[in-house]
Amino acid sequence: MKLSIPGRIFRAFIIIVTGLYLLGPLYGMLDFSTKPLGLEGGRTLRAWTAIGKNPDVISSLIASFSIAIVVMLLIFLLVVPTVIWVHLKLPAFRRPMELICLLPLAIPAIVIVVGIAPLYRWISINVTESPVTLSGVYAMLILPYTYRSLSAALDLVDIATLAEAARTLGASTMRTIFGVVMPTIRSGIMSGVVISIALVLGEFTISALLAFDTLQVVIYLLGRQDGKIAVAVALSALLFVFAILFAIPTTKRQRVILDADVA
Amino acid sequence: MKFNKFTRSAVVLSVAAALAVPTFAITSASAASKASTWTSAKQAGGIAKIAAACKKEGQLNIIATPVDWANYGEIIENFKKKYKVKIDSNIPDGSSQDEIDQANALKGTKRSPDVFDMGTTVGYKYIDTHYAPYKVTNWAKIPANLKDPQGRLTPNYTGVLTIGYDGALGTITKLDDLLDPKFKGVVALNGDPTKASAGLNGLFMTSLANGGSLDDISKGVEWFKKLKAAGNFINVDPNTATIDSGQTRVVFDWTYNHKSHQDRFKAAGKSWKTFTPKGAEVGSWYNAGVSPWAPHPACARLWMEFIYTAEGSNSWAKGGASPVIWPMMIKDKTASKEAIAVIGSGTGVARVASAEQLAAANTYLVANWAAAVGTR
Amino acid sequence: MTQSQIARAGSSTGTGSRFWRNKKDYLGVIPFLVFTGLFLLWPTVNVVYGAFFTEEGEFSLDYIVNTIQEEAHWIPFLNTLKISFWTSIVGGLIGALFAWAISTGKPDGIGRRFVMATGGVLAQFGGVMLAFAFFATFGFNGFVTTFALKFSDTNFLASPAWLYGLFGLGVVYTFFQIPLMFIVFLPAVENLKPQWSEASQSLGGSSKDYWFRIGFPVLFPSFLGGVLLLFVNAFSAYATAAALISQGTIITPLDIGSALSSETGGASAPLAKTLSLYMVAVVVIVMALYSLLRKRVSKWENTK
Repeated sequence: MKLSIPGRIFRAFIIIVTGLYLLGPLYGMLDFSTKPLGLEGGRTLRAWTAIGKNPDVISSLIASFSIAIVVMLLIFLLVVPTVIWVHLKLPAFRRPMELICLLPLAIPAIVIVVGIAPLYRWISINVTESPVTLSGVYAMLILPYTYRSLSAALDLVDIATLAEAARTLGASTMRTIFGVVMPTIRSGIMSGVVISIALVLGEFTISALLAFDTLQVVIYLLGRQDGKIAVAVALSALLFVFAILFAIPTTKRQRVILDADVA
Repeated sequence: MKFNKFTRSAVVLSVAAALAVPTFAITSASAASKASTWTSAKQAGGIAKIAAACKKEGQLNIIATPVDWANYGEIIENFKKKYKVKIDSNIPDGSSQDEIDQANALKGTKRSPDVFDMGTTVGYKYIDTHYAPYKVTNWAKIPANLKDPQGRLTPNYTGVLTIGYDGALGTITKLDDLLDPKFKGVVALNGDPTKASAGLNGLFMTSLANGGSLDDISKGVEWFKKLKAAGNFINVDPNTATIDSGQTRVVFDWTYNHKSHQDRFKAAGKSWKTFTPKGAEVGSWYNAGVSPWAPHPACARLWMEFIYTAEGSNSWAKGGASPVIWPMMIKDKTASKEAIAVIGSGTGVARVASAEQLAAANTYLVANWAAAVGTR
Repeated sequence: MTQSQIARAGSSTGTGSRFWRNKKDYLGVIPFLVFTGLFLLWPTVNVVYGAFFTEEGEFSLDYIVNTIQEEAHWIPFLNTLKISFWTSIVGGLIGALFAWAISTGKPDGIGRRFVMATGGVLAQFGGVMLAFAFFATFGFNGFVTTFALKFSDTNFLASPAWLYGLFGLGVVYTFFQIPLMFIVFLPAVENLKPQWSEASQSLGGSSKDYWFRIGFPVLFPSFLGGVLLLFVNAFSAYATAAALISQGTIITPLDIGSALSSETGGASAPLAKTLSLYMVAVVVIVMALYSLLRKRVSKWENTK
């Protein structure tokens, strides 16, 4: 979209002001974690080097990572196909589905723990005590965000026609969903994935109350010793998640499919 | 088809990932059930036996035990070094109620807490259901009026509610000094008094300092109302981070919590001073107990033995707390020099509110606190 | 035959009446329903069910009827509604604008990836560390406060007290509301077909015409959906408020937290569950209102 001059100025203004507001507190964290220690003169990276020395951080990273992978699988294999299916075949189910997908947000994390603790107790005793079981409840937590991005994408692309075209060309239902529709709404899916990974790596309350040692729980424990270390670890966790998300390609040139109007 | 293969390999990968992530302690089932019947070291066959069983268990789960509270950090490290087991710390900032809730939620799992550190009020609410009786070796040295006769809950340490503050603010000589504008927006109470023991005792202390008593906490609430009106009181829980950042420069908390701040400030070339108004000393006992469904029952009992000996209790004293076996340690000369340097060799403890006084204060606070300090 | 008739005719999966065909389609959502049933619906019922019983286990509607009438509980509830409403509108507008601003850039570029990654990270950045980040910025020793103090002793930013009230909490909330709206709304803005703006231009319409007649109406449902998400997100946020205003029950999630945890014996599980029941009820009501709005909007929405 070509922008006029006033448009460009407006756009730059939004980006700069919003960007400053969002990056400001992050700079505050950096500032605090490198503050000089009283008598010493300059800024110090002491708080940051302490991170590498802590073995619990590594094991919790692995745990959180494994959870994130399983959650992503659940998104791709369960959530996205179901949302597409509902949009295509079951329009009457759309509203109930929206409500289900919004429900996890209606309940504060501490209450979720109250409701789900008996289930996790059963799982811990009868299946496994591994933290990867958290992926079950986390998959629910990401539903609101994933559904919303998917919905936004599906609303504006003519999925029905696309699916029919695929059908008439002989594609099976599975092929249609996974091979035709999903790539088309790729930006919506990736938005959901981005938030989901960030959620898994940033979630604290539920894993702490269920006594699983995930990344944020370890960060918190570390922080009890020293305020600067806590902030340094938290900021490095943010940067780490950022690096992961940055590596994921979020869009691909899909304009070609959208432009092919099926008349 | 391409994505079918993808699907299959993805499923295999995720199952492998799930099994590969290490789970927690490996407990031998039969050994665990035997250790959970031990009610004393003698009955178990000696401390060495307990230590051996604990070594096999390999881990201790503690809960609501922050490393910077009463110098628990040192106790944890010493225990780990001496017995070579791992210690898993859960919800360090949890309240006593949270400990019970977690014990319930995790009952039967390997992550359930092994030992508790409970405030008196909440602790005794669950006395019949949530503790396995265990009498430590030094059981006889603990005053009868403080402990449960069956050994389910045993007092471990107490302190004095004190005002700690950043030395850069000057020196405080009386409570009303805090109403001065230079304390604007930096005074905090450790915990909401309707929920937290330290907060509640902070109110007791303030009440006593203003002519009230343990039976009448209203004077304390009035004073905090004044403090809030002056803009000095903030409704924030102080902790290491808020103190380091200068957000909470004056904190009402237990002596033993101030000690770690004093050490940290000294190391940074600053000072953290303390002040207790004369005649307003109050304390409160915390209590230790063993979980009846502890996944590591031998380690749980070993921990109990450890903290109720000079080896463990000296750390508490060094941290500014008064261990319940302090009189014994002074008499036996097992109190360490550093410990005496911190809390002195006196064996008296500050007065403690009775159950009735606590209940009455709680009722008053529930009705009046939120309105007085605008927490709504 | 019309387009839709062809479509319907082409989608036959077998013989039989239309009714039966639709029923079979429901099989497709069974895996999803099983999963959510286990991890979401049953726990929710578990909690909400507890609101109907006293601590001793007797059935009673007392908690449900009386709790909301107590000042101690309806004030936080009102505060929660207020903060959710304002942060969802403000965050939604700013986030949507930001999404538009970014969408005009290169879709494959490094800049886009940077912004997406940052947005994702910040949308989920909350709790203790977020509160702390704000202290490090606007608090007593914060760099903005220190900077502001250079100008005057009494200006707004120089005194950190504002951070600890409902307003301060709202400001902190926008910190994750804006990125969330951005992430969730970006796909919608990106799917605005360039042909539409070209068509509008070639028909002689100005930029304003394009936006008011095509852009906004098309984007409105997604925008509304995003704002709804933000509303519910702020509504149930707990960790951030607990870290910022750790004492007191200024909003309902804190009220629930205080009902669950206690050092002095005052915890009450039925109270916590009753408050949770109220929260679920509000979300259901808001969803219903949203549905109504969507139905109205779709009357003039005919892009399909």
